[in-house]
Amino acid sequence: MDFSFSTITHNLPYLLAAARWTLIISFAGMLVGLGLGILVCAARLSRHRWLSSFAALYVSFFRGVPLLVQLLAFFYILPYAGIDLPATVAAFLSIGMCSAAYNAEILRGSLQAIPAGQKEAADALGIAPFALWRRILVPQALRIGLPSHVNELILLVKVSSLASVVGIGELTRVAQNITGQTYRPLEIYLAAACVYFVINAILAYAGRMAERRLNVGGA
Amino acid sequence: MELDLFVRYGPALLHGFGITILCWIAGSLGGMALGFLIACIYQWSGRWIRGLLQAYIEIVRGTPFMIQLFILYYGGPHFGLLLSPVEAGIAGFVVYGSPYFAEIFRAGFASTPKGQFEAARCMGFSEWTIVRRIVLPQMLVSITAPLTNFVIILTKETAILSVVTVPELLYETQTMAAETFTYVEPFLVLSLFYWAMVEFTSWLGRRVELRVTRHLRRA
Repeated sequence: MDFSFSTITHNLPYLLAAARWTLIISFAGMLVGLGLGILVCAARLSRHRWLSSFAALYVSFFRGVPLLVQLLAFFYILPYAGIDLPATVAAFLSIGMCSAAYNAEILRGSLQAIPAGQKEAADALGIAPFALWRRILVPQALRIGLPSHVNELILLVKVSSLASVVGIGELTRVAQNITGQTYRPLEIYLAAACVYFVINAILAYAGRMAERRLNVGGA
Repeated sequence: MELDLFVRYGPALLHGFGITILCWIAGSLGGMALGFLIACIYQWSGRWIRGLLQAYIEIVRGTPFMIQLFILYYGGPHFGLLLSPVEAGIAGFVVYGSPYFAEIFRAGFASTPKGQFEAARCMGFSEWTIVRRIVLPQMLVSITAPLTNFVIILTKETAILSVVTVPELLYETQTMAAETFTYVEPFLVLSLFYWAMVEFTSWLGRRVELRVTRHLRRA
């Protein structure tokens, strides 16, 4: 067995350039997932029974189907429905839709930690439901749920590797391409694994810093 | 809808489903065994080995499953590890699942009061007897929920095996779709199928949980 470090050093710039797309897809996916997640969570807690059962169905479906199947289905159904989107956009939309289900559940848990008195006080002060959510509930819930949301983001970085299957040139895909040229799968995939690991380690560290800053869980 | 497709490709799909189940069960059991081993070694070893195990856990949890599969399947031959796709899939599951299972078992060990270990040692129980007769029965109560939870997650991860040409359900569906140029129906049906499978396993998980905690409710 011969381990070729020069293959790694030679191709590392390409891997790092591709890691940018990994970051773009996972962060955009997280943004979509958070935004949509807040809506799904609000619907889930709604008094209208149709709305809340639709949200429950949404969460159950998107958490129950493998993301790879969701991605493939999304990519096949979009053109069928006559919608033409750039592949990257379709990828992070699909990842975001799945992530929304998880984020909605995290939010639902965080909302329970907010004292009910705040909602009553807001009602007594005549604050509209939308303002109640935007100015009072969501900011607090995001803070309380920060560790779980960071976890979700780290998951999305790993999950973005699935986008390689639908042909998006992110880290995994580029690693596959380089392997096709160099016939050195071990070196290249180990290097790609290191890049993923470093990204996730940085995110986990940043998450811990943010937790300390926002004093999550502390008094 | 071209539903006769599913009749024509029935045997292939059924075979794919069998492979999915095989990889899932073998991978879950293997991952659980390796995770338990890691947790045991962690429990009874010094700082250095603990550090090594911690590094293993962090690295496997910080990299995508797909990259791990590529390293095993495409990189394996570099160090003399020649695996068939199904073998690589199962081995991948064992590696991927082991750190998550190890963390669950470790939390289980940590939840057993130290005094019980000390008392058992005073009474001359061997370490293995302590684990089997004292720790395991108690921790089964607290770890069943996270264990089944992760086993359910693994059900969904089986779809990723299709990328290294394991002839499982998604792979067979993709073959069918490519051969018949129909994409929308197969992937919609496949999504529903996975959804049903995950809902079924989580129902099963709740049943198992009720079974192992039944003595707690019998007051």
